[in-house]
Amino acid sequence: MSVLTPSVACMSDAILVEGLQKRFGSNTALAGVDLTVPEGSVLGLLGPNGAGKTTVVRILTTLLQPDGGRAEVAGVDVVREPDRVRAVIGLTGQYAAVDEYLTGFENLEMVGRLYRLGKRESRARAQELLERFDLTDAASRPAKTYSGGMRRRLDIAASLIARPRVLFLDEPTTGLDPRSRQGMWEFIADLAGGGTTILLTTQYLEEADRLADRMMVIDRGRVIARGTADELKAQVGGQRLELTLGSAAELADAARLLAPLAAGETRVDEQTRRLSVPVREGTDSLAEALRLLGGTDVQVLDVGLRRPDLDDVFLSLTGHAAEDGSDGEGATQAPVQTAGSAR
Amino acid sequence: MSSLSVAVEDGLTITRRNLVKVKRVPELIVFATLSPIMFVLLFRYVFGSAIPIQGISYAEFLLPGIFAQTIVFGSTITGASLAEDLQKGLIDRFRSLPMAPSAVLVGRTVADLALNALSIVVMGVTGLIVGWRIRSSLGEALAGFALLLLFAYAMSWLMATVGLLVRAPEVVQQASFIVIFPLTFIANTFVPTNNFPTVLKWIADWNPVSAVVQAARELFGNTAPGLGASDTWSLQHPVLYTLIWSALLLAVFVPLSVRIYQRTASR
Ligand SMILES: Nc1ncnc2c1ncn2[C@@H]1O[C@H](COP(=O)(O)OP(=O)(O)OP(=O)(O)O)[C@@H](O)[C@H]1O
Ligand SMILES: [Mg+2]
Repeated sequence: MSVLTPSVACMSDAILVEGLQKRFGSNTALAGVDLTVPEGSVLGLLGPNGAGKTTVVRILTTLLQPDGGRAEVAGVDVVREPDRVRAVIGLTGQYAAVDEYLTGFENLEMVGRLYRLGKRESRARAQELLERFDLTDAASRPAKTYSGGMRRRLDIAASLIARPRVLFLDEPTTGLDPRSRQGMWEFIADLAGGGTTILLTTQYLEEADRLADRMMVIDRGRVIARGTADELKAQVGGQRLELTLGSAAELADAARLLAPLAAGETRVDEQTRRLSVPVREGTDSLAEALRLLGGTDVQVLDVGLRRPDLDDVFLSLTGHAAEDGSDGEGATQAPVQTAGSAR
Repeated sequence: MSSLSVAVEDGLTITRRNLVKVKRVPELIVFATLSPIMFVLLFRYVFGSAIPIQGISYAEFLLPGIFAQTIVFGSTITGASLAEDLQKGLIDRFRSLPMAPSAVLVGRTVADLALNALSIVVMGVTGLIVGWRIRSSLGEALAGFALLLLFAYAMSWLMATVGLLVRAPEVVQQASFIVIFPLTFIANTFVPTNNFPTVLKWIADWNPVSAVVQAARELFGNTAPGLGASDTWSLQHPVLYTLIWSALLLAVFVPLSVRIYQRTASR
């Protein structure tokens, strides 16, 4: 982009959080969270609904006061010197915060002025970002007339106007169509490449896999795992054997028959008639599975081996799926092991 | 830049933003101008036909009263708009920016002051058409308008505090109606208070709105010898009493609302 992009001068931590706690009445939102994000890197913060992701972001962006612990952004304490923190961060909250009555251009110009960029620079940046986010045609329309995805893009553009050193993105691509999401990913990757430190929360594991250098999974206000995508996947175990059966009634039988191969908890999905078994031996397990099922009534429509993806990580760590709000069908909670620390 | 010039600049940026909304939502302007016209006409011809005022026409008696009532109602816009900004997450956006902590509130109250000034102009012109007259000097008349606007501005900060605490625009609007109707009716706004029951008369005499109205009447020259105001101190020194109230409201609610703003978040 330009000379104003922050440089990666030293490899210090742009975000440093220790023992962060937050309660809302009797509800503990954060029960002691530690995290660090080295300057110029991207941390993906994952976790089911209500895990505390937004609360972390709101404390780090000076919107909420923590009840305990310490948080620094760019070396500045967020509680003691919120103004200095605000000068170097950009925030895109979980819900778009744009002024509906201002046009897209006016929204960005206003935010630029409030970052004290001056009139000319604010306008130039507004123009530049509107182009970058495909909003030029809508630039002079009040944001009221924008679609959800357009608002989202405008909101993200607003957080970038002053080229923040540290950027907080709370579920930045929720509500974007696949093409916009792709574009947003490229843009975020560009920013990260240019040296911006980014803390990104997301429900899309693919997104974290693609953008984040390191990931952290939180659940009920606690960190339950951290590491690179590969480390997290390794933690879940080797490969998975996946079978699709002819009828749901056969799922239980098949699971029982394949039990000797399972290296962990077998997952059964009635809806899709699918069975997912963690295995150790790879192709040998595949051959063995076909042998075990061979002489039985179980009708196998499809069978394959695959490496675990982050969905598996999520499911095994939190005991429920990423995008399913409540605790689901009461799947057993996997023991928490903390693989290679991100710190 | 000094922190004062920063505060002024940021306050102006937010004022501009609020005025753009007025431009984009013409209903706002229509409401801000049509309803005062309607009030002037309604009161002038409905009450005016039944309420004889000694020594002056009802139009002359009425206009200072209706000025005061309208601008006090105008201050509720401050609270409702802030609650709306809070609800839509805009306050979160602003609070994450390195701007002056007073700017959002200053920008809001100043924009509402402009709206109030506009509605006074509209009411004034309507009043002149239906028989209101300014019988004082230009200086006194300007002082009258300034005093009205000062009181309205102070009320805006009170409503700003309410808006930040209540957080729901509709509730702010409804709750303030419950307070503002009695506040502007238990006063000398539309009728002389001489025949009020004792308790009401006492409230009316010390009601700051009565003082604002009395001060405006005196400054516009809309008084008559037979129309003696109560001999309470507040109505014998209405300008001073209004200034004291305005100063008090500002001294309490400017710092209070800024403090609340700095701690508030969208949920
Ligand atoms: N202002 C508040 N008052 C009361 N409880 C709150 C408040 N804000 C958050 N919480 C609670 O704190 C917990 C963490 O909420 P948070 O919004 O941080 O979760 P999240 O991980 O961002 O979830 P999601 O994926 O749904 O956005 C939840 O139990 C939530 O109900
Ligand atoms: Mg959230």
